[in-house]
Parts: sequence; structure tokens; C-alpha cells
Amino acid sequence: MSVITYREAVSSVLREALDEDERVFLMGEDIGPYGGAFAVTQGFTEKYGKKRIKDSPLAESVIVGAGVGAAMAGLRPVVELMTINFSLLAMDQIVNHAAKIRYMSGGQFSIPLIIRTVTGAGASVGATHSQSFEGMYASIPGLTVVTPATPSDVIGLFRSCRELNDPVLFVEHILLYGTRGEAPSVGDYRVPIGKADVRRSGKDITLCGYSRMANVAEQAAGILAQEGIEADVIDLRTLRPLDSETLVNSVKKTHRALMVEETTRIGGFAGELVSQIQEDAFDYLDAPVARVAGAEVPMPYSYPLEMAAIPSVDAVAAAARKLVNGS
Amino acid sequence: MLKAADVPDLTKDDLLGFYRQMKLIREFERESERQYTRGNIKGFLHVYNGEEAIAVGAINTLREDDYIVTHYRDHGQALARGMGSKEVMAELMGKATGCSNGKGGSMHLFSSDLNFMGGYAIVGGQLCIAAGIALAVQYRGDDQVVLCFFGDGAVNEGEFHEAMNLAAIWNLPVIFFCEHNLYGMGASSKETLVMWDSLHEMAAAYGMDRYEVDGNDVLEVRDLMQRINADVRAGKGPAFVVARTYRLRGHSVADPADYRPDDEVQYWESQDPIPRFRDWLTEEGIATVEDFDEIDASVDEEVVIAAEFGESSPWPEPADLYDGVYTDRPTEGIPT
Ligand SMILES: Cc1ncc(C[n+]2csc(CCOP(=O)(O)OP(=O)(O)O)c2C)c(N)n1
Ligand SMILES: [Mg+2]
Repeated sequence: MSVITYREAVSSVLREALDEDERVFLMGEDIGPYGGAFAVTQGFTEKYGKKRIKDSPLAESVIVGAGVGAAMAGLRPVVELMTINFSLLAMDQIVNHAAKIRYMSGGQFSIPLIIRTVTGAGASVGATHSQSFEGMYASIPGLTVVTPATPSDVIGLFRSCRELNDPVLFVEHILLYGTRGEAPSVGDYRVPIGKADVRRSGKDITLCGYSRMANVAEQAAGILAQEGIEADVIDLRTLRPLDSETLVNSVKKTHRALMVEETTRIGGFAGELVSQIQEDAFDYLDAPVARVAGAEVPMPYSYPLEMAAIPSVDAVAAAARKLVNGS
Repeated sequence: MLKAADVPDLTKDDLLGFYRQMKLIREFERESERQYTRGNIKGFLHVYNGEEAIAVGAINTLREDDYIVTHYRDHGQALARGMGSKEVMAELMGKATGCSNGKGGSMHLFSSDLNFMGGYAIVGGQLCIAAGIALAVQYRGDDQVVLCFFGDGAVNEGEFHEAMNLAAIWNLPVIFFCEHNLYGMGASSKETLVMWDSLHEMAAAYGMDRYEVDGNDVLEVRDLMQRINADVRAGKGPAFVVARTYRLRGHSVADPADYRPDDEVQYWESQDPIPRFRDWLTEEGIATVEDFDEIDASVDEEVVIAAEFGESSPWPEPADLYDGVYTDRPTEGIPT
């Protein structure tokens, strides 16, 4: 079994898509000879040419909008928004158009468009460049939002996304590109859309996260295990559709739940998870459902301040301890 | 003004066909306003009165496999493209028999059969989508053109710039067609758009071919569009067209349009494209009063049938609510 980086996983599924399907082309800022802001498309222009690797202008709305149009006309574009912060400039296309055209047209037009983008904090790039908006997009009917946290999930989820005929936000994490993991051994490996991964099984508490926070939750569970607290760790992997069944079943077993999320707490996606748990597992709860989330501040630049604003392994472990032990 | 001799390729039937389409759009809009007053159409209703020569002149130059993208003031283009007045009226009424089963409404008409790629109600958004459709045409090596309509208000949006630049830098086969009716919603473009009086020149900044045309003259619009289509189809890249026109009604039915000076309104009423074309057909000896009477009667009948069809059509079933959000799966959150 080979070990690859998250970045290599993204590159490999993009190459695979280009190799397998003539209708696939890539479009985004600086993805050409420069190789992409996160070096994901290095060497692509040389291999596939300018027709299929399109260096677009700095114009987020038309990057997504042209992807929507090309998808309506029968292609399968994979467009890149350099980071999710810049997706705000493309929100009209994502929210008003991509997500709604199928429904508004009475099903006449589907939009098989994959929008790759990069979320997350922790890279010392300040308040405007450290946001996590994927939960916000997950509130939009018509979108599919996936948040892979490991190289094998990148591969398995991307392949599944290519089989969809509707717009997808494929959200990579800025701090994960260099992380390593096992590449799937089977050539046609798939991760189903809307199926959470139970990373670890335990009877005492459910820790739930997505993207990098799933990894943080798993590390916290390792610490807790040494103290005799056994945690179920759930990586949601997909925010919309959401696998609330796996989450709720876990809580019914453990009776305690802690949601871990990088974005700010107020209006964050974890609030939705808490709601679903109380709707479907209220009678099973031995403690209020808790959250560890980002601090309610624009992300500070200074490193110690930034670290204080992002959920840490220790903070997650401490919150879990408190839930289980009552102190 | 062109002479009959300037359009030798058009038969009497063609010319009367243009007249009928313009008349149909006008009467369809009158009927839709009536239906609005009766409560059968809700929400926003933006009628096309006064701008008919644009849709009819431009769309009739397209091939069947060309694409159309437009804004929320879209009934005229839909009818000119050949969408049935019944299915459009039923859509306005939110009925199951509408072109989008009542899910889209007046501002969001679509027909995949006609490559009518949609009416878009977020001002400016459709320009980006049109560029993408043109990109697909170019990518496949085909020779369709994409005709994208929008208003003078849309020129102020950032998406106008993004789409114009992309289309120009990639040489995409798209025609950006501005229906310059001098107003956004209620504000005069003289107050909001610095280039309002030479709007086509904005395309100079993109090195794009640009044209201005009398949007109330159906034959002038057609003549220009035929030439532009040929260029764009031949791979010469995008073009920008500004048609000077005026909406004879308010922005939407809710708008009495009392912010407009009387002399301006009177001038443009005198430029109404339908009487103008009718007079031309008469002066050129192409059509008689009897011809017009016959067409007008058939239009009236068609509109009555469309309204009756809409009124008598069923509503969508409550169960249809969740249909069609996704292609391959039910949407989330369906109550059990
Ligand atoms: C982005 C956006 N802003 C505002 C509106 C509200 N609005 C709808 S139509 C309109 C005026 C548009 O004018 P123009 O583009 O000239 O088209 P016209 O109505 O004159 O045909 C406005 C402000 C909107 N739909 N979308
Ligand atoms: Mg206008």
C-alpha cells in the first residue's frame, strides 16, 4: 500500500478526470504554467494543453458562471476558486444560479459542475484569508458540499462527485495538503456521497467533526483513550447531504456528544448538528450536546492569537472530559 | 429605414410573420397584465411592451441549435423563440402545465428543446453563464452562437465586466445584446451610467466589435444581427450590441412609472415598433388592412386560448414541491 499526500491525491483525481472524460476541463486563477496556488496542477498545462487547463482572469463570478454555462451546454467543468474566502465574489453564481437552475427550470437543465476550493484557518494569513464558509453553502438546497480530510477520502469522494449531475462544492483544507495517508488500494475505490466515516469506536462520547477538525477530534480521542474515555469519532465527510443517521445512532449509543468545528460558533454548521441530535436522540442524552468552535473574532494574524482562536486537540479533549466526568 | 428591396430574402410571409410575433408579444403582455390584476399572476411581472422589435428582429436570425440567454424581462424572447403562448402563460400563473411546471415563474423561463437557456433575475448574472455556454461551443469545435440579452442597468454590474473580458480574451462566440431602454428599475440611466449615450463604446475597452441600432425597427435589428451572427459564427469572437429602445410600461406592473417626463414618453410612444412596422408594410405595398385584421384576430384568439389554458390548468401537486432539486437524489429535509 502506498502513502501519498493530500495534494498528490487531489492532483491524481484531477488527472484521472482529464484522462477519462473529454468533457472535463479545468478553469481557475493561476492553475496553468504557474501550477496553482497550492501546487495542485503543476505540469498540467504541459500535459493537457491550454484548451483543457484554462488560466482564467481574476474574476470569481465568471469562473463559476462560465462553469455553470458550460455544464448546461453538456461539458463537465471542474473550476477552482483559489480559496473559499474568494467564493464570496462568486456567491451569485453559486447560490443564485448553480444551485437553482435545475429546480427553476422544472428539471430541464442539470449543472454537472465541480467547484474546488480551499477552506480553513491556521496558515497565518489573517482575517480575510482564514475563513470556513462550507457550512454556509451547506444551507443551500441544490448544492452538494463535501469536505475530505484524508488523501483516500479526496480520491473516493472526488470520484463519486464526478458521477453526480449537480453542482458540488469540493472543499479542501489549506493545512492538509502536506499531510500523508494511505492511497486506496482498489482502482475504482469510491466514498459514497452523504456517508460519514466512523474513524474510531467508543462507548463514552461521540466526537463529530469534518475536514481538518475530524483529524483534531481523532487526535483528542487518542488522548482520552489513555485516560480510559472511549470516544466514537465521526468524520462527516459530506455536509450536504448530511449523514445524520450515523451521528444520531452514535449518540444513542454514547449518550454524550461534542461537535468540533473550525468556523465561528454563532451560525456555524455545528448548530445544525446539535439540532438534529436533539430532534432525534433527545431521550438518549445524558448531558447537553456541546460544541468546540472557532472564536467569535476575525482571525488574528499573530500566531499565538490565531492558535487561541482555532479548536485545538487539547481544547477538544478538555471539553470531552468535562462532558463525560461532569467537570 | 430599409426598403423592401433591401430585404429581398424576406417573403411577404416572413414579414407578416415578424408582424404577428410582435403583435403576439404585445397582446400576450396586455393579457398578462389583466391576469395580474385578476390575481392569477403573482409576484413580479415585467412586460416587454415597446421592445418587441428587438426579440423578433434578433432571434429570427438564429439557427435552431444556437443558444439564447436572457434576463427576467423574458416573455418576449421566449415567444419569439417559439415557446408556446400557452405554456408561457401557464408558467406565469404557476401551473403544472407551465414550461417549468410552475417552479420558475415569469422571470425564469426555460426551454431545453429550444436551447432557451433561461431568464435570469439577478441582474448581470446571465452574462457569465452565456460566456460559459459559448465556451462549451468553442471547446467542442462547433459553430453555434450564443445570444445574451440584458438591460442597460446590467452594464453597471461587475459581472458585465467579468463576462466581457473573459469572452474577449478567449474569443468566445457570444453576442452581448443590451436592450437600452434608458432606465434600470426607476432610476434614469442618465443618472447612473456614465456611458449611457454611447453605451456600445464601452466594448472598446475589451477590443470587442460593437454596434448601436434602433431597437424599435425590427428590420434594422434583423439586418445587423445577421451580419454579426455570421462574423461570430466564423470565429471572429464576441460582439456587443446596444439597441436603443424604451419600455412603454413601468418597470413591473407595480410601477406606475410617473418618474418619467411626459415629453419623453410621448416621443417614444411615437416610436412604437409595432405601428412603425405596420406603416412600413403598408407604405411598401406589402400588406393590406385585411392582412393586418386577419393577423390581429388570430393573435387575439391565441392569447385568449393561452389565458384559458393557464386558468383551467391544474396547480402542481403538493408532492411536486421536492421534485427536481437534484438530478439523482431526493433533496434533504423532506418531512417524514
Ligand atoms: C443584482 C440585482 N440587483 C437588483 C435587482 C433588482 N432589480 C431588478 S430589475 C432592476 C433594473 C434592471 O434594469 P435593466 O438591466 O436596465 O433592465 P430593464 O428592466 O430596463 O429591462 C433591478 C434594480 C436584481 N434583480 N438583481
Ligand atoms: Mg433598462
